[in-house]
Amino acid sequence: MSESLRVNRDSSEVAVIGGGLVGLAVALGIQQQGQQVTVYDEGDIAFRASRGNFGLVWVQGKGDNMPAYARLSRRSSHLWGEMAQQLEQHTGIDIQLQQRGGVFVCLTETELEQRIQMLNGMAANHPEGYPFEVLDRQQLKELMPDIGPTIPGATWGPEDGHVNPLYLLRALVQRFEALGGKLVNAGPITKIKPENGQFVLQSASGRYSCNKLVLAAGLGNKALAPMVGMDAHVFPNRGQVLIAERVKHFLDYPTGHVRQTAEGTVQCGDSKEDVGFDSGTSTDVLAQIANRAITMYPLLKDVRLIRSWGALRIMTPDGNPIYQQSEQYPGAYLVTCHSGVTLAAAHAGPIADWIATGQADPELELEKFDGRRFEL
Amino acid sequence: MAVDSSYKRVSHQPAGTVQLMVEGQMIEAIAGESVAAAVLQTGIRQTRTTPVSEAGRAPYCMMGVCFECLMEIDGVPNTQACMTEVREGMVVNIQRGSRSVSGESV
Repeated sequence: MSESLRVNRDSSEVAVIGGGLVGLAVALGIQQQGQQVTVYDEGDIAFRASRGNFGLVWVQGKGDNMPAYARLSRRSSHLWGEMAQQLEQHTGIDIQLQQRGGVFVCLTETELEQRIQMLNGMAANHPEGYPFEVLDRQQLKELMPDIGPTIPGATWGPEDGHVNPLYLLRALVQRFEALGGKLVNAGPITKIKPENGQFVLQSASGRYSCNKLVLAAGLGNKALAPMVGMDAHVFPNRGQVLIAERVKHFLDYPTGHVRQTAEGTVQCGDSKEDVGFDSGTSTDVLAQIANRAITMYPLLKDVRLIRSWGALRIMTPDGNPIYQQSEQYPGAYLVTCHSGVTLAAAHAGPIADWIATGQADPELELEKFDGRRFEL
Repeated sequence: MAVDSSYKRVSHQPAGTVQLMVEGQMIEAIAGESVAAAVLQTGIRQTRTTPVSEAGRAPYCMMGVCFECLMEIDGVPNTQACMTEVREGMVVNIQRGSRSVSGESV
């Protein structure tokens, strides 16, 4: 790369559109390879799934319809500890990663049976083994003494965990910038023009050029991908979250619906709604979330709720990520998923390596993640 | 209980008094005032400690916004003292760190 390109703030070797967890993890990984990366963030008008998510580093059940995604989730989970340690060492931010295993609590026998069946199916698809255990009521009570009296059992994922997603985002930004990465609040990128092997990005605040382009704009990828010869089959799926006051530690492990943060806050969630681009909340869904939480942990009955919000997952038709390089415009990459926390370590690692070097680790089976699977 | 409070009541029409127990000591409060006001009058400087660092805190906004005045009132933890009116026989304690949830009857 020429020196003149390096000093020009409107040009970069690699541009990443999207300053959320996905964009920043990929950007950090590429920057660590020594390439100059600029992240173009839409600003506070963005939907920002990274600021509304639940904070699970979760493996169990992910990719039940795509073994390559299950393997990627596991790989990311294995890489997470090293990434967290590096981030903490260099930024001083404790992102509160805990990977001691996670629990999926089932409310009825039927729910438990279906879950066991699903995980057994996954195990059958993974000759290398797929780690999970079924916990009966007694075993669950040993892990979680405060579990409710009606709960029949749960499944245990030894590779599951949780993290503070807001500290994670902050640490990624800080580390990325410390390594020389640039973060530009550009407003929405409205146009991408492939030009002489480069890409020119247009937003209300300026024109930016780059040699390599990564689309990590979440739901915004739908409009951006066709500008570089790809289709992003993404749509919003709303999740609502309830936050309770800080209470004394009672929960040692995260669950799919309730977790207790390092500070003692109780977070409840995991609703799924198809309501378009409405990121608000609704009383009926929040009541369902609260009911489930109280059924799981009756001691939460009198605990005060202090906040709630809605956020939009970036969903694809099969629920799995898209990783793809444009055939028409090589050098343009599409990266999109709904598990930006779990996959952060994979994105900063092998996915960033693929984009930086053009060589994909065959074990990633990237061809399985190509977005053209939805056009067959 | 100490009375060297920097918190001063403005002149008012007496509306009667109520007795309440604050940190194990009976105090006299003016009917109609908030628990936070009554407690500040006693000279207590620290009405709670925070859940994470356990630093001391005291009522601040006195209008229900800042949540600095959380106390244990009649056994209910994390109650906003500035939004709770004094009542005869009320039992008020400093909120120490996070509230407990374990062992409660359900």
